[in-house]
Amino acid sequence: MAFSDGRRRSGRSSVVAVVAAGLALAACAPGGDESSSAPRDDVEVSTELTSDEVTLTIADETGFPLTDELAAEFTRQHPNITFDINRDTFQNLTANAPRLLASDSPPDLIRLPTIGDTARDGLLADLDPYYEAYGWDTWSESQLAPLRMDEDGVRGSGPLYQLGLGYSVTGIFMNLDIAEELGIDGPPETLAELEENLATAQENGVLPIVAGDKDGVVNFVVQAAMNQYADKDEFLSWMFNEPGAAYNTPENVRGAELIREWADAGYFSEDINSLDYFAFVTEFSEGGGLFTFNGNWEAANYQEALGDDVAFFLVPPENEGDGHVAMGAANSFAVAANSPHIDEIAHFLDWVHTDPAARQIVVDVTGASPGGDPSLPLPETEPGSLAESALEMAARISEEDGQVDFMANTTAGIYAGSIIPESQLLVTSQITGQEFADRVQAFYESEVGDR
Amino acid sequence: MIRAGAHRRAAVRRNTARGWLLLLPALAAYVGFVVWPLGMGIQYSFFDWNGVGPATWVGLDNYASVFGDPELLGSIRNAFVLIVFFTVIPVTVGLVLATLIRSLRSGAFSRASQTILFLPQVIPLAAAGIAWSWMYAQTGAVNEILGRLGLDGLTRPWLADYDTALPAVGLIGSWVLTGLCTVLLLTGIGKIDRSLYEAVRLDGAGWWREFFTITLPGLRQEIAVLVTISIIAALSSFDIIYTSTQGGPGRATLVPGISIYRIGFTQSDVGLASAFGIVLMILVLACVLPIQRLARVRDR
Repeated sequence: MAFSDGRRRSGRSSVVAVVAAGLALAACAPGGDESSSAPRDDVEVSTELTSDEVTLTIADETGFPLTDELAAEFTRQHPNITFDINRDTFQNLTANAPRLLASDSPPDLIRLPTIGDTARDGLLADLDPYYEAYGWDTWSESQLAPLRMDEDGVRGSGPLYQLGLGYSVTGIFMNLDIAEELGIDGPPETLAELEENLATAQENGVLPIVAGDKDGVVNFVVQAAMNQYADKDEFLSWMFNEPGAAYNTPENVRGAELIREWADAGYFSEDINSLDYFAFVTEFSEGGGLFTFNGNWEAANYQEALGDDVAFFLVPPENEGDGHVAMGAANSFAVAANSPHIDEIAHFLDWVHTDPAARQIVVDVTGASPGGDPSLPLPETEPGSLAESALEMAARISEEDGQVDFMANTTAGIYAGSIIPESQLLVTSQITGQEFADRVQAFYESEVGDR
Repeated sequence: MIRAGAHRRAAVRRNTARGWLLLLPALAAYVGFVVWPLGMGIQYSFFDWNGVGPATWVGLDNYASVFGDPELLGSIRNAFVLIVFFTVIPVTVGLVLATLIRSLRSGAFSRASQTILFLPQVIPLAAAGIAWSWMYAQTGAVNEILGRLGLDGLTRPWLADYDTALPAVGLIGSWVLTGLCTVLLLTGIGKIDRSLYEAVRLDGAGWWREFFTITLPGLRQEIAVLVTISIIAALSSFDIIYTSTQGGPGRATLVPGISIYRIGFTQSDVGLASAFGIVLMILVLACVLPIQRLARVRDR
């Protein structure tokens, strides 16, 4: 392995050469021009579907067959439109999304959980012209607000960049079989009642909350607690990246501290940090505990696994009679600015929200609410089923205007970079609720501040 | 004579030209896939850039961030702890196993043990990470075996425990690399002159004496190779950690590879990710080059 002197010298000089070349390169900046975002106001939009043969490409995540079924139904109704759907894991897809969108042949429609810099880099089509042309102003604005972003990178207003193929709502699933054994006869009405139920389960040797945090999903529970204490608009302003917004408010700290107390009381399993999403979903499906915090998208799975022994309800408020606050978000998709088929994709998106067959598919496949005009009839669900109560809960939360985004969507990097590791420390009582909130806020500032 | 000399010089020139021609494909690949990306990485590290939009020159700010961020420094510390598991343990165990296998009569048993030891090397690290994370789980094989042995007090979710997570992922690396070390060291032992062993034995040396005076010095070069590649594997580890713990619990198993991936691809901060990558490269060189020098000096 010993290099000869000559090779060593040439090795050293090549390192020098590389460094020199790097420094020379460093003089010129990489990347694109200043924002090339094309204003679409001057673009003719057509709501009339083309009669040409068109193949639309969709980039979606693996494991979610919704786009397959919607595409098949759309092609059945409009045989000249076919689809080419590429799938990758959620993590790979979100990591590659900016580069996919910037490529010469971007997917027409792409699953994009956070807008991030993509809008400012001119990679996303502004859907507002279609919003006006199709009359999407009748749709729930609180559902669409998180999908808008202004030129300063603040969400909540500005051009519409995304739409949802289904809109989620989160809550608590309860194993009714176990509840009955414990003498719990119905969903808790307040946080205090919920805590009583948790204590009852714990005393009787039943795991109170089935949760996992290897991939950060315990944050459904963390945020559920924060939601009940926090000022909703203040919390949203942080998630939308408004200047000066803070995460480490006394209310959020109180929510985080509650979760730490629950962890100390043994309401979560001891190996929570080694359980991923799949593991804890399976555990609850197998009757592993009393409650689990999850979204309406798991309704069909839980129903299949537990039959009629499972209920779904919204996280109860602190005081009886207060409005509910729940996380919910669009299963968000964006249209590539460079797509040659924006009219067709917009037509498809409108169709998903308005066509009865499409809305039925959204509910059947995902259990999520189809969104669109609230006055449209809701798709059919089996009476008494979880799917039915999931739709009811979604309707209720939009009636009470209690929807907030997931804090994981706050910035592109905050979930993996801060919320996951800090929540792992929180649920094992390594840090306090105050430290949790302070650290997440510090990360937030480092990420948002340097934009 | 003059003509013959000119002829020879022309032939040498022709040969040199031919030599360069033969070198060209490899050189092009090396420049295209190693030198050029490295230059780009150095370039990016001086910019604030999200990978797509306009880039802003920030000078050495990214490097300042790397050295000023306790999280990133913590990940470097973890990588150094991994050297114990990726280098020290596999090379030591490899040495012991290679000497033991050498003393076996060559036959089916010795061949089978070599194959079995080498098998983990065939498995992709990502798959090893997943398989081991199942075995380390609360209900996994490791705890089951401990339970059967009556050691219930020791059972724990190994990858979720702050004290055991890093050693546990490190041992996955040991498991993978021990086979490689054993096989390479065994080949090295095979090259050592038999007569040297006979000579020390005639001098009345025992096993230990034989090991330290003949085997160990004879394997110097192999050991240098193994230490080099395993230190690189430890400092730039990614796949085992990514598939088993993703850096958790908390940041107990966070290593530079994971941080760089997150910063570059999740946070879209290509400049900072590049700067951290360059720092990591310098760290690797700083660890590996002295080993090369040591091996060379002792060669003479």
